[in-house]
Amino acid sequence: MFSGFMVNAWVVASIVAVVAGVVGFFTVLRGSAFVAHAIPNGSFAGAAGASLIGTSTLLGLGVFSLGGAIAIGLLGRRGRHDVATALTLAMMLGLGALFLSFSVEYAPEVYSLLFGEVLGIGGNDVLPTAVLGGVCVASVAAVYRPLMLSSVLPEVGEAAGLGRLRMEMLFLALLALATTMTVPVVGTLLIFSLMTGAPATARCFTDRPPVAMALSVALALVIVWAAIAASYTTNYPVGFFVGSASAGAYALGRIWTAVRR
Amino acid sequence: MSHLLSPVFETGFFESGPVHRALAVGSLVALVSGVVGVFTVIRGQSFAGEAFGDLGTGGGAGAYLVGVGPLWGFVAGNVLAAGAMEMVGIQRARGRDLATGIVLGAGIGLAALFLYLGSTQQGSSGATVTILFGSVFAIASTTVPLILLLSAGALAIVLAIYRPLLLSSLNAEMAAARGIRVRMIGALYLLALALAAALAAITIGTILSTALLIGPAAGALRLTSRPLRAMACAAAIGILTVWAGVVLAYDSYYWPPVGRGWPVSFFVVTLVLIAYLTSGVPDTLARRRAGAARGRSGSTAGTASGRPGSAAGGTRG
Amino acid sequence: MQEHSGAASGTPALEVRELCAGVAGREILHDVSFSIAPGQFTGLIGSNGAGKTTLLRVILGLMGATSGRVLFEGRERSGARASVGYVPQKFLLDPDMPLRGRDLVALGLDATRPGLALPSRARRRRVAEMLEAVDATAFADTRIGRLSGGEQQRILIAHALAARPRVLLLDEPLANLDLRSAHEVVALLARIARSEGIAVLLSAHEMNPLLPVMDRIVYLAGGRAASGTTEEVVRADVLSRLYGHHVDVLEVHGRVLVVAGAGEAGDLAGHQGIFPGAGIPA
Repeated sequence: MFSGFMVNAWVVASIVAVVAGVVGFFTVLRGSAFVAHAIPNGSFAGAAGASLIGTSTLLGLGVFSLGGAIAIGLLGRRGRHDVATALTLAMMLGLGALFLSFSVEYAPEVYSLLFGEVLGIGGNDVLPTAVLGGVCVASVAAVYRPLMLSSVLPEVGEAAGLGRLRMEMLFLALLALATTMTVPVVGTLLIFSLMTGAPATARCFTDRPPVAMALSVALALVIVWAAIAASYTTNYPVGFFVGSASAGAYALGRIWTAVRR
Repeated sequence: MSHLLSPVFETGFFESGPVHRALAVGSLVALVSGVVGVFTVIRGQSFAGEAFGDLGTGGGAGAYLVGVGPLWGFVAGNVLAAGAMEMVGIQRARGRDLATGIVLGAGIGLAALFLYLGSTQQGSSGATVTILFGSVFAIASTTVPLILLLSAGALAIVLAIYRPLLLSSLNAEMAAARGIRVRMIGALYLLALALAAALAAITIGTILSTALLIGPAAGALRLTSRPLRAMACAAAIGILTVWAGVVLAYDSYYWPPVGRGWPVSFFVVTLVLIAYLTSGVPDTLARRRAGAARGRSGSTAGTASGRPGSAAGGTRG
Repeated sequence: MQEHSGAASGTPALEVRELCAGVAGREILHDVSFSIAPGQFTGLIGSNGAGKTTLLRVILGLMGATSGRVLFEGRERSGARASVGYVPQKFLLDPDMPLRGRDLVALGLDATRPGLALPSRARRRRVAEMLEAVDATAFADTRIGRLSGGEQQRILIAHALAARPRVLLLDEPLANLDLRSAHEVVALLARIARSEGIAVLLSAHEMNPLLPVMDRIVYLAGGRAASGTTEEVVRADVLSRLYGHHVDVLEVHGRVLVVAGAGEAGDLAGHQGIFPGAGIPA
């Protein structure tokens, strides 16, 4: 499983895991598991729309991810945050249903878009993924301290000039970017699982942020590698292994916490 | 009569059997979703509500695989998931979403597996897309007992635990001090939510399941400060949007691309969103008026007259 | 543990016997005993971290005790749930919570019963009575999240009283109130205690607002308690024994200051300076 085209899969998957671990750290910190699920889920509608008008699916995913993120941020200003997320997701899915009803046939890559498929990764996916991944990680590094402050102590952050809405939008944009570029490997429906399971597990073992983030990335790598290997051997979808492994890792983390007490 | 209404209702609307069924089922589900949804919004459990829609898919796919009726699998999947979420059992609102996310991830993974295993030669795309994006509305007569059972179950639970649920949603410690078993009440509510979401997803699709659960309830809670009235209001909003959505979908048969019709779920979701945004208008207007009044009477007089308002309420405690 | 005078004759409304309790292996309360008679207004005084909240939580059954007993009118906890009213310190963080004060008080009547409440004149009357008793009728129909801290608290007191409790516990009710509201709440509670015969236990880190009305005091320091009347407990010798090192009790214009001597921190490092009971006179 290490020959030829599979090399691409391993490379891309590793980049995905790093991004998921890094951005996921903040996702869990801010309690944004729902948003991490909603944005990629809804972005699928963008892929459907893109195939309808004939442009790249990645572009469609990106546009809808970002649009969804903005909508959630704006709606969440006045109303409750989880309500904003739920309604934005429903609206995006509604649009997806509309687009799908216009198209004559379902594109064959639908299943892999949703659940991830190892074989679907081509050589020309490596460069864009690497670039986007680099941008993502670099952005997080650039805003690390303000984002930490704003996430942990929002009022203190506000007093320091970090407006809550601005920081929330920033985080949502990062999340949209991260989920868009990671979709090809893991699928829209399961990227959030990697993004929440690994960091949540990491937090069971340590409280210090840099260690937690590093552990989060390490766990994400392990999960993704195991998922790819398993998917290659059994032909079952990658997403299944990612979802199960994330849940399993978290279970171990919780057991550790309970035992340590 | 039908002539007067023909601009809105295309010919044959009122005679159509499928339309009758869609309206009847949709109204029932909107009612149940509105009632259950009020507490979902109060407790901040929208993610769980949405997750049950997705999780049921896995249950349905799994049941199909082993040859059991997929609808029962849907319900069973949701109930199992509710149990799992409860076992992960984080009580603080923020942690609850994490528990939901973990269970959902595992559940969707399983769904992916079941769909893969159960796929026909043509591939699994069709089944997947239909489940996730379809608006069902086509109810066989054999499922009617199940629908009624789920509706009755969800409503009965919520109404039975209404008072302890309200108090524990407000402040868990106060409820515990009164002797209310907060965790059990929470678990029962999660069960009601699981049943309501399963009901909705089976009948009107997973997209509408979330929309009708959250949207009307959130809007109603902005309009009224009494939970029971909010439930009635949410049910009313839900039923209205379903009816309007069905009408529009029927009419859209004649819109481009002609002969196909746009999906009902698209219309209903859009209407639900519009209703939610509209429900926020009175508040915005009141805020603007209060702001203008403060501006006119000068900065010092402003807060003395009214209640200290959201500043005090928000940072209290 | 020192109890300087017993409760009035008759079964105490609330009795705590040799209570020990801890969190994560660390003992917070050691051998705490006191009793409160019906109608008595008792202040639970201690600095932050002394164990006031822990004690209240154990009494309410929110937390388990390592050893000791809590008795309500002579009986153990489980039989007597409804007869204990509770007003928490941190109540509500969501300003949009859809509930009016009136509805919350109504909930106080029967929050534990299944089903919906049938509207009845008797219920409405009782709710109106409670609101009147705490002087909250004016804002009873506003969403509770939009009320000020003091107004919310009065609603909470009415809610707790609605179930006709024999004992009323309040966790630091004066903490976030301005001085005038604090005095109003204290006067209100004292009035209610006397007229309804309810035993009131109110925790605070500052005893001066309570001095005019307090019948008894339970003074917590370092996990240990001394209880009795203020004359019996708030004395240099009693408190010195409690703290484990010398403290002085000064009275200034009717207000009490408890002051530690310089350089005598002993094993209570960091507690030099002014102790609870020290009032910044208003």
